[in-house]
Amino acid sequence: MTYAGWIMITASLVGLSCGLIGVFLILRKMAMMADAISHTVLLGIVSAYLVTQELSGPHMLLGAILAGLLTAFLVQWLQSLQIEHHAAMGIVFTTLFAIGVILISTAVGKNAHLDVQHALMGEITFIPFKMISLPLIGDIPEATAMLAFACLIVLFAVIIFYKEWKITSFDPGLAASLGLPVLLLHYVFMSLVSVTTVASFDAVGAIMVVAMLITPAASAYLWTDRLLVMLILSSSFGVISAIVGYVIAAWIDTSISGSMAFATGLVFLISFLLSPKHGLIAGYVRPAKPIEQ
Amino acid sequence: MVEPVVEVKNLAASYRKNIVLRDVNFCVQAGTLTGIIGPNGAGKSTLLKTMLTLHPALQGSVKFFGLPFKKAQKRIGYVPQRGSVDWDFPTDVLDVVTMGLYGQIGWLRRPKRLHREKAYSALTQTGMAEYAERQINQLSGGQQQRVFLARALVQDADLYFMDEPLAGVDAATERAIMNILQQLKASGKTVMVVHHDLQTVKDYFDHVLLLNRTVIRHGQTDQVFTKEHLAQTYGGTMRWMREGESHVVFAHDE
Repeated sequence: MTYAGWIMITASLVGLSCGLIGVFLILRKMAMMADAISHTVLLGIVSAYLVTQELSGPHMLLGAILAGLLTAFLVQWLQSLQIEHHAAMGIVFTTLFAIGVILISTAVGKNAHLDVQHALMGEITFIPFKMISLPLIGDIPEATAMLAFACLIVLFAVIIFYKEWKITSFDPGLAASLGLPVLLLHYVFMSLVSVTTVASFDAVGAIMVVAMLITPAASAYLWTDRLLVMLILSSSFGVISAIVGYVIAAWIDTSISGSMAFATGLVFLISFLLSPKHGLIAGYVRPAKPIEQ
Repeated sequence: MVEPVVEVKNLAASYRKNIVLRDVNFCVQAGTLTGIIGPNGAGKSTLLKTMLTLHPALQGSVKFFGLPFKKAQKRIGYVPQRGSVDWDFPTDVLDVVTMGLYGQIGWLRRPKRLHREKAYSALTQTGMAEYAERQINQLSGGQQQRVFLARALVQDADLYFMDEPLAGVDAATERAIMNILQQLKASGKTVMVVHHDLQTVKDYFDHVLLLNRTVIRHGQTDQVFTKEHLAQTYGGTMRWMREGESHVVFAHDE
């Protein structure tokens, strides 16, 4: 596989898994939770390194899941103490992120080849330099393998619990009254967000992963009124943005993750203007349809 | 004595540090249609949510068919206020009604044709069959309410709780909903409805529960729904008009 090939595959995997998870983030009205978790996974990664003295895939995943769950749990807990939801989120994720920054800036962190710049922006260019060998597949960049793994987990969870995600997103009250474990599902979902985020971490970094999580899903929402179609569109938009982003970056020789996030913005702009259902232009052409009684 | 369908003892609940319900005690018998009446902020919705463990209780116990909620869950249907969900959610009417069956369908299974047929027949009951494939963001308020009612009917519960099902709906929907509630009652099911329109109470409900932070009065409509008890429930925010024999009540209820 060529150098550019690996980068595009890696970026597409980011687009695919973020696109799927993003749909439910938006429908559950927790888009900002992506921002929170994308920052707190840093603490998870650093802590995992402190405990195991290793910076490898499985440890990072586990650390990130724990950090993500801790974030979700603390936000829930502050809320139960009558603190406003968004304030609770702001308090929790900045504090946990700060702890991560402090740890990373000490001698311990410096040994780990971790730095804040890398954590925030990612560096997809370096991904093909760190290859591992897997049975059956052969040589594959470590970050790509981890993303493929995360992508499978997300895909699996979305398919298996499709109707549970749907009902708990649409009407958690009904779901609870039917006996579904709404809170448990919430934490499972937060774990999925954490897994996706940490796997995308190396490639696009903590800030750009928010763009990949939210923007393709928000664009897809403009095109369809069906959940299944929204999931397919959102993940396709993610993949398209990833590839277009790479092409832009190669063309004008600039940051790949920056270009990818920019491409998601372009997709959104196009959707916002041209979508037949909710688009700006369609709104001018066709007068608002009155709701029938 | 027959065991009551609902038995609430010493129930209390708070909302953002304010106690909204205290010393709530009542029993409801099978086959009754009860209207829960009270001013704004009286805790009507909170009472339903607390009974169904959607809101934490500070103290007290609630039993359904002599059992705690968890064990009676399958026999209980709940219709939340229609404003409690996002009607822009990407799904259609039949799908929303099928959600009422998700508890029965169980984990790792998908809704089958049988479930969709059940959902479709519930929609027929509420007069919404022709809208089955409509996106839910294209429904009027009355249609949304009928969809919610169909979703409760499909659960085939023995006891129903409904939060303001008649709020902001058109006259045709109001008639359709009340017809269905009467049918439910006639088939031996028990229904409790949060209601806001005092003028229709006598026509619609055989039992009334007057609520203002606690139970003011509870019993058969002709005995409980009186001028004195209403004044007790609503305090001074009410005026009276006499129309022939019956009292017409106007409550300042935004």
